[in-house]
Amino acid sequence: MSDMNQNTDQRSDQKPMLDLACLQEHFGDAVLAISEGIDCPVVVLDRKSIIDVCHYLKDEMGFEIMIDLCGVDMSEYPGFMEGDARFEVVYNLLSIQHNKRLRLKVLLAERELINSAVEVWPTANWFEREAFEMYGIIFNHHPDLRRLLTDYGFEGHPMRKDFPVVGRAEMFFDEEQWRCVYRPNKVENRVLIQRTWPGVDRG
Amino acid sequence: MAEIKNYTLNFGPQHPSAHGVLRLVLELDGEVVERADPHIGLLHRGTEKLFEQKTYLQNVPYFDRFDYVSMMANEHAYALAVEKLMDVEVPERAQYIRVMYAELTRILNHCMWLGACALDIGAMTVFLYCFREREDIFDFYEEVSGARMHAAYFRPGGVSQDLPAGLLEKIKGFTDTFPTYINEYETLLTENRIWKQRNVDIGVVDKEAALAWGFSGPMIRGSGVAWDLRKTQPYDVYDKMEFDIPVGATGDCYDRYLVRVEEMRQSNEIIRQCVAWLADNPGSIKSDDARLSRPSRDSMKGDMETLIHHFKHFSEGYHVPEGEVYAAVEHPKGEFGVYLVADGSNKPYRMKVRASGFAHLEALDYMCRGHMLADVVAILGTQDIVFGEVDR
Repeated sequence: MSDMNQNTDQRSDQKPMLDLACLQEHFGDAVLAISEGIDCPVVVLDRKSIIDVCHYLKDEMGFEIMIDLCGVDMSEYPGFMEGDARFEVVYNLLSIQHNKRLRLKVLLAERELINSAVEVWPTANWFEREAFEMYGIIFNHHPDLRRLLTDYGFEGHPMRKDFPVVGRAEMFFDEEQWRCVYRPNKVENRVLIQRTWPGVDRG
Repeated sequence: MAEIKNYTLNFGPQHPSAHGVLRLVLELDGEVVERADPHIGLLHRGTEKLFEQKTYLQNVPYFDRFDYVSMMANEHAYALAVEKLMDVEVPERAQYIRVMYAELTRILNHCMWLGACALDIGAMTVFLYCFREREDIFDFYEEVSGARMHAAYFRPGGVSQDLPAGLLEKIKGFTDTFPTYINEYETLLTENRIWKQRNVDIGVVDKEAALAWGFSGPMIRGSGVAWDLRKTQPYDVYDKMEFDIPVGATGDCYDRYLVRVEEMRQSNEIIRQCVAWLADNPGSIKSDDARLSRPSRDSMKGDMETLIHHFKHFSEGYHVPEGEVYAAVEHPKGEFGVYLVADGSNKPYRMKVRASGFAHLEALDYMCRGHMLADVVAILGTQDIVFGEVDR
């Protein structure tokens, strides 16, 4: 128990080293919000300036590694309103020299483009391909934006909230044509436990 | 003179040295690789989509299936993420058990890696030697969880059960003999002429490239970056453990081999320290936070409210407060992270799994360029790729 406290103390001691206020100075309105998350600081950015900020973070602030990039579909999140930005692109960065983590977020509406971070961190390549195929987020200037994990010729963006878990098509072997064919899915989604209990407010 | 065209070769997806299902489209100039285009996703199961339909407890076993040779290390990241979000403190004994099993898992993974990688390169005996020790660790898995591989043992809030009587002595016996087994592997490989010819100066990654390509774990340490989450961002009781981090010098396949072998020795030391502590310190193995843990069966039998709580715990599942968190562990293969977005309900809203192998395999093209066709297998081998985590 005492160790956990020690850890958190260490963390709070180190926090001032990461001076995020300079981001606001440099990029002004492009930085929409800076907050202290549970695990690391979170910076919300405007989509147009993301690559400039990434370059700055890598070159000036020492975030050498892009650990993770992923999309999130916010359309079923509590409090989501019609007209809010549907997607979030989340960058988890790691600085080895300062032993720090940082999370960047960019909010995107359905058909908005975002610039690719491949020029900053080459590792972003596949992560962006995955976000593209799962959510349909298009990364501008990406060198090779193909689908990555789903089947060849797969249609749709499966991680979107409006995509059914059981999928839209099923593959069968057709005896007459002697090959595999896709047919519309007849399986219905099975919900074992409801997301929230009706009439019960769990706060 | 006749025009010579590049030759495109399809490697896999069922090639024995592809470590699972990797389809690699190689563009060759003679026998030199000009470009490698990995086609992954043949083991894609849509786990991240399934997470969103399952309660937090039901999601635990899915983590075993990510990197299916280091099962408990995957669960560890998930347990840490949920605990961070719920702000739960885990009893010290549970933390020691987790660290001990995480290190056993590291040995399990490295044994599998060493055997399979050596087999790819042509050394058959090592495979048999390594699987002998893997068998012992599977027995430890079985004793503690009932399953030899997919344990579902690390749960948010602690571990599922306490260690059975007599297990610590067995693990201690294993740690006493295991260093001699590592010496056996090293006798077979470290100074082996063929092993060195196949690995030294193959797949060299310098420090800058390792950072740019998002390497982690033994891959980044092989390139000379002393980075280990167990030291730099310690979780559970790693800050109380004494161990060293091996670091490579040149960043070639041979360095990565040496780093992993030394890691096995260091893991063995950590396990010893945990065994010594656990033998003297009985206690709780699960957080007593009622939001997260089931009530005991004794209290359940005599109390209606507790019975309801028990039933709801396993049917509806527990609720995790709204928020987002990223938690990472030093997985045997690198940084394994879980980015969890919760909306306050009993199921994750979005859970992204950051698999180290995904970033490593992405760099395969960079690492293979200019190498011979046979070196692709050596490079793929030292990347320690497992498709369960790459494809998710």
